[in-house]
Amino acid sequence: MIDALKLRPWAVLRHVVLLCGALVVLTPFIWMISTASKPPAEIYTSDVHLIPHHFALWENLQEAFAKSNLGRFLLNGLIVTVSIFVLQVLVALPAAYALAKLRFVGRKTLFALVLFGILIPPQATAIPVFLLLHQIGALDSYAALVLPFTISVFGIFLMRQFFKTVPDDLIDAARMDGISEFGIVWRVMLPTAIPAVTAFGIFSVVAHWNDYFWPLIVLNSEQLRTPPLAVAHFRNAEAGTNYGPLMAAALVIITPLVIAFLLAQRRFIEGITMTGLK
Amino acid sequence: MSDAASTLGTVPLARPAPVVTSRRSPRLGHVAAYGLVGPAFVLMLLMLLGPLLGVIALSFTDYQLGAPSLGWIGLANYQEMFADRVFWISLTNTLTYVVIVVPGAVALGLGVALLIQSGAGLRGFYRMVYFLPVMATLIAMAIVWEFMLHPQFGLVNGLLRSVGLPAHGWLQDSNTALLSLCVIGIWQALGFNMVLFLAGLVSIPKSLYDAAEIDGAGSAWSRFRLVTWPLLGPVTVFVVVITGIRSFQVFDTVHVLTKGGPSKSTEVLIHTMYMEGFEFFRSGYAAALTVVFLVFVLALTLVKARLAARQVHA
Repeated sequence: MIDALKLRPWAVLRHVVLLCGALVVLTPFIWMISTASKPPAEIYTSDVHLIPHHFALWENLQEAFAKSNLGRFLLNGLIVTVSIFVLQVLVALPAAYALAKLRFVGRKTLFALVLFGILIPPQATAIPVFLLLHQIGALDSYAALVLPFTISVFGIFLMRQFFKTVPDDLIDAARMDGISEFGIVWRVMLPTAIPAVTAFGIFSVVAHWNDYFWPLIVLNSEQLRTPPLAVAHFRNAEAGTNYGPLMAAALVIITPLVIAFLLAQRRFIEGITMTGLK
Repeated sequence: MSDAASTLGTVPLARPAPVVTSRRSPRLGHVAAYGLVGPAFVLMLLMLLGPLLGVIALSFTDYQLGAPSLGWIGLANYQEMFADRVFWISLTNTLTYVVIVVPGAVALGLGVALLIQSGAGLRGFYRMVYFLPVMATLIAMAIVWEFMLHPQFGLVNGLLRSVGLPAHGWLQDSNTALLSLCVIGIWQALGFNMVLFLAGLVSIPKSLYDAAEIDGAGSAWSRFRLVTWPLLGPVTVFVVVITGIRSFQVFDTVHVLTKGGPSKSTEVLIHTMYMEGFEFFRSGYAAALTVVFLVFVLALTLVKARLAARQVHA
């Protein structure tokens, strides 16, 4: 009884502080939805009101889709992020298995290179990779967006750590059944590694859906634009005169990942934690 | 032919298996292993290690994209860079950004994590809300922030006016533009740090708190000082370094909102590198800027490795 009384002010204070902070964090999202729902007359006014008097979200969305090929850009985002992730797994999983479970000359060196690779920030290699793509004439294509990211040393590292915990007996049993090493990777290791692959997938998709730097560098064609590039171009085209449709476009761009996040929130945050802490 | 016992997975009968495999696996394993690591190794050389050496080598040349030839010019790019006022402004701005965003995003991330973990109610809800900015495409949200900071129609100035304060062109004033970008940076990064701190907090055994309480550490503050803070040390180091490295990479908000202006007040290293390398195609000079950026990021990583090693030895 006394305990409950002593705890209550603290519990109230905790919620007050956290809710105030949450409000500040959410303000841009709330303001985005609010502005995307307002007609121009209500946007270009200095009086602050949250709920639009005339609800214009539908008109703003229509205008956003009419003025810019948003559907196409979302599809580009999907193509690029899925291709990157699938190729990353195809390349990283066999390497991770070999590094974790097979003995071969050069294994230690290779693993050291993987660890070193994790330290290299993506901007550091941008100029030579750009020149390479320029040399082979691959700039301004899906390949330019995907190829540089097919290798994920972080993915190799993460999966290798996970494979270390898989008992050798399981692999020996598979060999006794006559499954090749390649078969073991996909038929034995992949099914056990689903949690690690999922965590890595979250990491990969978030990073590449939201990436702005690399598409900005390698793309020229409008029809290849990824979502972040599309919304940046939309803004330049409208030059701050048309905030309703611009906010509607921003809303469309962030929606796929936000919905995915809300649906799989727990797994998502665990995934980030797992990949973030080395 | 195939051994029925191992298909059934019975342990005693499967026992001879390792002897057989270990006798033939060394040779067979070699070929298979190189087949498995081969693609990853080639791509690593092509997309990561080669380009890393390439950027260092390029920084000693006068290469410009489209130029017919390139010449070895030694340290000339670096001399030009160090003599350039814009480089020093850019470096100072980057460091200022890091020095503001790191403590802000780390302290707030820790604070929020402690508050969430200290009670039972609404934990999932708070985690979700504070993490939302990490997910949301930064470019899209930067445009929202730009509108919130709009001199006439923005929410921030609207609120200021409603309490009788003058409106301000936050991104148009060279005194406040960088600071505004820092606020956006902290807003975006704090949720990620919160999740890392939450993971650290969960891993602290509850028995340590009980022990501390028996030893007379009754108040929340002394529990934090004696148990939470020391045990959170390695996580904190990690979070500080990660936030530092990410802050050094700041580009998106700068490129879309200010282009380095007004009057270079938000010019940062990666933005300068982008302009030189991909707008003016001065690859050699941009490579030199990249090397400077790389030195800072690797130095931060080394600090982390040093501190982590000390934690292990202690």
